[in-house]
Amino acid sequence: MGKTRGTKKVKIGTPKEVTTGEARVAMTPDSARQLQKLGHECAIETGAGEAAGFSDALYEEAGVEIIKTAAALWKASDIIAKVRQPNETELKRLNSKKTLISFFNPAGNEEGMELAKSKGASVVAMEMVPRISRAQKMDALSSMANIAGYRAVIEAGNNFGRFFTGQITAAGKVPPAKVLVVGAGVAGLAAIGTSTSLGAITLAFDVRPEVAEQVESMGAEFVYLDFEEEQADGASSGGYASVSSPEFREAQLAKFRELAPEVDIVITTALIPNREAPELWTEDMVAAMKPGSVIVDLAAEKGGNCKLTVADEKVVTENGVTIIGYTDFPSRMAAQSSSLYATNIRHMMTDLTPEKDGQVVHDMEDDVIRGSTVTHAGEITFPPPPPKVQAIAAQKKPEVKELTPEEIRAKEVADFKAATKQQVTLLGVGGALMLLVGLFAPVSFMQHFIVFVLACFVGFQVIWNVAHSLHTPLMAVTNAISSIIILGALMQIGSGSFLVILLAALSVFMAGINIFGGFLVTRRMLAMFQKS
Amino acid sequence: MEYGFTTAAYVVAAVLFILSLGGLSGQESAKRAVWYGIVGMGIAVFATLIGPGSGLWLLSLLLIAGGGAIGYQLANRVQMTQMPELVAAMHSLVGLAAVFVGLIAHVELGRVLAMGAEEKQALDGFAKLLAKKTATEVSILRVELFLGIFIGAVTFTGSVIAYGKLAGKVTSAATKLPGGHMLNAGAAGLSLITLIWYFNTGGFFPLFLMTLAALFIGYHLIMGIGGADMPVVVSMLNSYSGWAAAAIGFSLGNDLLIVVGALVGSSGAILSYIMCKAMNRSFVSVILGGFGGSTGPAMEVEGEQVAIDADGVATALEEADSVIIIPGYGMAVAQAQQNVAELTRRLRAKGKEVRFAIHPVAGRLPGHMNVLLAEAKVPYDIVMEMDEINEDFPETDVAIVIGSNDIVNPAAQEDPNSPIAGMPVLECWKAKQVFVSKRGQGTGYSGIENPLFFKENTRMFYGDAKASLDQLLTLIQ
Repeated sequence: MGKTRGTKKVKIGTPKEVTTGEARVAMTPDSARQLQKLGHECAIETGAGEAAGFSDALYEEAGVEIIKTAAALWKASDIIAKVRQPNETELKRLNSKKTLISFFNPAGNEEGMELAKSKGASVVAMEMVPRISRAQKMDALSSMANIAGYRAVIEAGNNFGRFFTGQITAAGKVPPAKVLVVGAGVAGLAAIGTSTSLGAITLAFDVRPEVAEQVESMGAEFVYLDFEEEQADGASSGGYASVSSPEFREAQLAKFRELAPEVDIVITTALIPNREAPELWTEDMVAAMKPGSVIVDLAAEKGGNCKLTVADEKVVTENGVTIIGYTDFPSRMAAQSSSLYATNIRHMMTDLTPEKDGQVVHDMEDDVIRGSTVTHAGEITFPPPPPKVQAIAAQKKPEVKELTPEEIRAKEVADFKAATKQQVTLLGVGGALMLLVGLFAPVSFMQHFIVFVLACFVGFQVIWNVAHSLHTPLMAVTNAISSIIILGALMQIGSGSFLVILLAALSVFMAGINIFGGFLVTRRMLAMFQKS
Repeated sequence: MEYGFTTAAYVVAAVLFILSLGGLSGQESAKRAVWYGIVGMGIAVFATLIGPGSGLWLLSLLLIAGGGAIGYQLANRVQMTQMPELVAAMHSLVGLAAVFVGLIAHVELGRVLAMGAEEKQALDGFAKLLAKKTATEVSILRVELFLGIFIGAVTFTGSVIAYGKLAGKVTSAATKLPGGHMLNAGAAGLSLITLIWYFNTGGFFPLFLMTLAALFIGYHLIMGIGGADMPVVVSMLNSYSGWAAAAIGFSLGNDLLIVVGALVGSSGAILSYIMCKAMNRSFVSVILGGFGGSTGPAMEVEGEQVAIDADGVATALEEADSVIIIPGYGMAVAQAQQNVAELTRRLRAKGKEVRFAIHPVAGRLPGHMNVLLAEAKVPYDIVMEMDEINEDFPETDVAIVIGSNDIVNPAAQEDPNSPIAGMPVLECWKAKQVFVSKRGQGTGYSGIENPLFFKENTRMFYGDAKASLDQLLTLIQ
């Protein structure tokens, strides 16, 4: 895989979304301005941003060329940025010089990839952006999930007949709503944040116990299971949940059954990559819920976490529970989601234009670009190899377990014994050496030697207590004191030859510098240490 | 004057010196402790001057006064950032003085031994002491003065090179002559041979040869040690100058010299030990220079360094409640301590908690950062040691790293293959946000990548530390 380098200015075009009800647009006037800074030209199909609240006039103002028809836009553009998975007509407009950036659902879109391949076009699938720190700014799934999570709470509130927050009013007491969020991914966390800030009591569950901390940091309560099993580390599956064991599932369902009568609103966000959504909220749980309760199933597109969910519809069960299965939450907040999605696209373009000179370099060595490209240069490049870098730090192994008092005691005793043994050995060896010296050395030497050993001992005891912050003054003061060597010179200066006097005089002079210099600089330093 | 008086004065002086060092355990008592040291030194010199053996005291006093004048000038002129150089330079003087005193002892010994019995009776002072010695004592004396000269000579050239490196006059990179440690070992071997030679003959030539070898060892040993290991080197030389004094004390039979030499020697040894422990390296590996080879490929650093401008830092600081500043050698180089102190004052005036985290080997001298901060009038009770503050990072809003690198490198904990693996580091990356003030994208002294700079909560504040802080101060009022 080499690098392909364009020659002229690249035109980025965004057509109007063809899917019914899709209000988002892949380019906003703001993102267009940024894209032009990278040296690209921008074009948009007339009316593409209308539904998201961006009129053609706004685009024109940002320097975007308005093209009348979709066909002309696809023809004129080198890079086509859109939101929804392209249909067959759209794909047929591609050719080997064009690049498409869009959601593509490559795992379930074999024909689409074949078609793109046969056209020789490059396709960058936004959902395939790897989950590594560097790529967060282009992670469209996360930015859309964030919106979906927020909107899920709003939709639930819209269909829920009571306040979220508890109040005590003159007209009586209002209990706070109880919200359960299942799945604490990006959408789940956004839902938790929205729900807690509206004042509801929020509970949250996730199969990955390591997210408990994040959940609690958002102000929700994490629902723990009484279940002993080594959970698969989220890090091994790119930060997504993996399939859990049947026993675990049972424990989880039991917990939900227990919670079902209490909660007013349930928001399910549990998705497992490339699989049907797991059933977590069973029919009997729905039956156990209070009338007026609301379930928002964010997994509706993949079959739903609740079997009663009907995709794209709102249904009310016999016992009065509303189940919302909309799949277009981001589109329902088109202005917000368009601007986030357009920013994701713009970051993708920044990575594709490393020199900021309007030249696109499709670098297949780059983890992010390689990972999200599904067809390139006439080949299907899906699924991508695993990223070279492990995205998320491996879960920390649990800390050493707390020791019981007995163990601590035993350890202390062992430590004490070891220390005693060491000290006794040292003393023994030292004593033996001392005796050995004493056997051979004359008395006059031993007298001095004892003084020396004691002084070393005192020195070690005293110096350990010196404050770390005073180490520099300590060095200066010991330096001044070590000029005690002057005594030696003074003792000798009077006895003997000229050479002796000269050397002694020099020593006295140097030591004199040291004594004054050392003490004065220490005093200067210490005077600076002040208490606040 | 009687010998007894001198001894009594020595005891007083020794006690004062011990109190002087012991007083350094706290900032307040330290101010008193210096006076103990000064008085102790005064008593010792006075007692020696009037005691037995000395003469020419007028000359001695004049010399001390002359030296004192120079010392006074030095002490008042020196910049606090230049403390390491000053300390190293002063060590070289002690080393040289020890060499001279040792040589004098040798000359005197030769003269006395050549004398007849009657002449010996006529001697006084140091020569008289020598004359009384038996044959065994003379042999021991030779070993003692030999050691004194050896250690003194190593201290002398070692300190001169250390001074040169710290003052930037000698390249701070670790350089070795071809042959490396073999040269040192050869010189040490030569010294051992000359010791035996001297022990048996008492001639001047072996002593001279050994002095040259020792001077070479001092030079070559310190040349081979890089700039960042200087805290260990300076405290090691400090220790050596003490041992040299003690060895000379033995040969002169002077207990005060022995006591003080031992005090200084053990002080330096403990400081070296503390420094080595803070770098998680053995003393030997520091002295032999260079980092040990890593055991495998270093962990890949992924991510990008995200830069931030002064506005961003100012906003974050405005919002923060608790701030920890981690200064390093870069702050000393840029002379930025005053700006750091001013920033601290302004933040504290806004009611924010500002503290400093000092790693034991930050800077080029043990405790170097503390002195610089004190100079800039940062109160010492907000300047914390690593062990005191390391646990507080998770509760801290902003950590600011100014000119330090290896001491905040998470690789020491996360990457077992890193050359600094296991070294205790300041865990600043646990703070909610980290700003790193740094000149450019280069690596630290050890030449290893610092994953801290790539962490998601880290922002790089590029530029000279002083200029960056100046900019920041205009935004924070």
